[in-house]
Amino acid sequence: MSAVVELKNIHKTFGTNHVLRGVSFEVHRGQVAAIIGQSGSGKSTALRCMDRLETIDQGELTVCGHALHDPKLDVKTLRRDVGIVFQSYNLFPHLTVEQNVTLAPRTVKGIKASEAREIATAVLAKVGLKEKMSAYPEQLSGGQQQRVAIARSLAMEPKLMLFDEVTSALDPQLTGEVLRVMEQLAKDGMTMVLVTHEMAFARNVAHQVIYMRDGKVHESGTAEILRNPQTPALANFVCAEK
Amino acid sequence: MNMQYIGSLLQGLWGTVLLSLLTFLFGGLFGLVIALARISPLRVVARVTQAYIQFMQGLPLLVLMGLCFYGPSLMGMQSVNPLFAATLAMTFYAGAYLGEIWRGCLEAVPKSQWEAAECLGLSRWQRMRLVILPQGLRLATPPTVGFMVQIVKNTSVASLVVGYTELSYNAKVLNNTTFQPFLYFGLAGLLYFAVCYPLSRQARKLERKLNVSRR
Repeated sequence: MSAVVELKNIHKTFGTNHVLRGVSFEVHRGQVAAIIGQSGSGKSTALRCMDRLETIDQGELTVCGHALHDPKLDVKTLRRDVGIVFQSYNLFPHLTVEQNVTLAPRTVKGIKASEAREIATAVLAKVGLKEKMSAYPEQLSGGQQQRVAIARSLAMEPKLMLFDEVTSALDPQLTGEVLRVMEQLAKDGMTMVLVTHEMAFARNVAHQVIYMRDGKVHESGTAEILRNPQTPALANFVCAEK
Repeated sequence: MNMQYIGSLLQGLWGTVLLSLLTFLFGGLFGLVIALARISPLRVVARVTQAYIQFMQGLPLLVLMGLCFYGPSLMGMQSVNPLFAATLAMTFYAGAYLGEIWRGCLEAVPKSQWEAAECLGLSRWQRMRLVILPQGLRLATPPTVGFMVQIVKNTSVASLVVGYTELSYNAKVLNNTTFQPFLYFGLAGLLYFAVCYPLSRQARKLERKLNVSRR
């Protein structure tokens, strides 16, 4: 199995705040990795580094074969391989669901309108929102918006999907519908890295769980570590999250 | 009051409308450039533009108009067409203000929209054109049309300096001939209102229309 994501001793500082203090882990093809940890543990920053929304200060970060520590990195080709979904959906409010999904395939890949429409139909069917093609984002519930955001990323056929606390803004019922879509993606073999507070989801779907604390990987392993934490810190964290 | 005088007022009105339209067009184009330059990632460009805006905001339109009318002849060019000088001054003026209004609107579009577009692989210009500008435009409509009303009224400054025959200029001439200031300035005022009021109404209509997806 080859590593799709590889972090080696990553450091990142915001001003005087040392957010990442030597983070290392790997995610392999077809695997789902869940990063968990308290607020401020650096988990979102680590994820954002993988799509180069943040640059790293030190260490080696390889994503889908792109060396992100290399100043000559071609960000454009990186972004073609990586999709990201945000906590606040970030759909484009002035575009319909279909236009949201087809925008990148058409402008970045130069795909024809009719073909892009087919792609949109396919990915929206995947997230169960085919009938919402012509709706505007604000006419949808939060859960539906988040599923459109997932579809929008999928339309670019990424090799890796990043999820940054994508259900944190949703109530339990809407969280469920988004998690089901993500679970299906995992079953389809998509490589996924997610920052999440959904312990049940991490336990059931993730192949690999990474517990971050104070900018470092404190404990990691299979989802089994959520049942049998090896460190007191993770045990406490798992208890508190229940 | 005879028909000839009314005709003169209407002729002045045309002068006002013409100068306003030219200002909307050139000031708008220039303003767009200013707004984009103002948020350019190139520091130098952003700084120079900021300095320009501050300079313009500190300069009375009357003085600017004078510079544009007399400036070229001081530099050895022969007599300047009043409409040209007035349009030039109004463009410098409107460009600075519209640029600053639009910069604010572009910056009011949440940063997360930039990020989402960036992560989908859109280039900076694609992000601006397809994601940020359309949303900024929606925010910009009310203040822009509000400023267009200012432009219409401020074209009257052209009469004072360059002798361009627009509504205020003709009203002043009529007053000098008839000594009926209340009548002719009053009529001029009504005509200004007749142009500006529909503009304001249109602004509200446009605002509702553009907001359709944000109801």
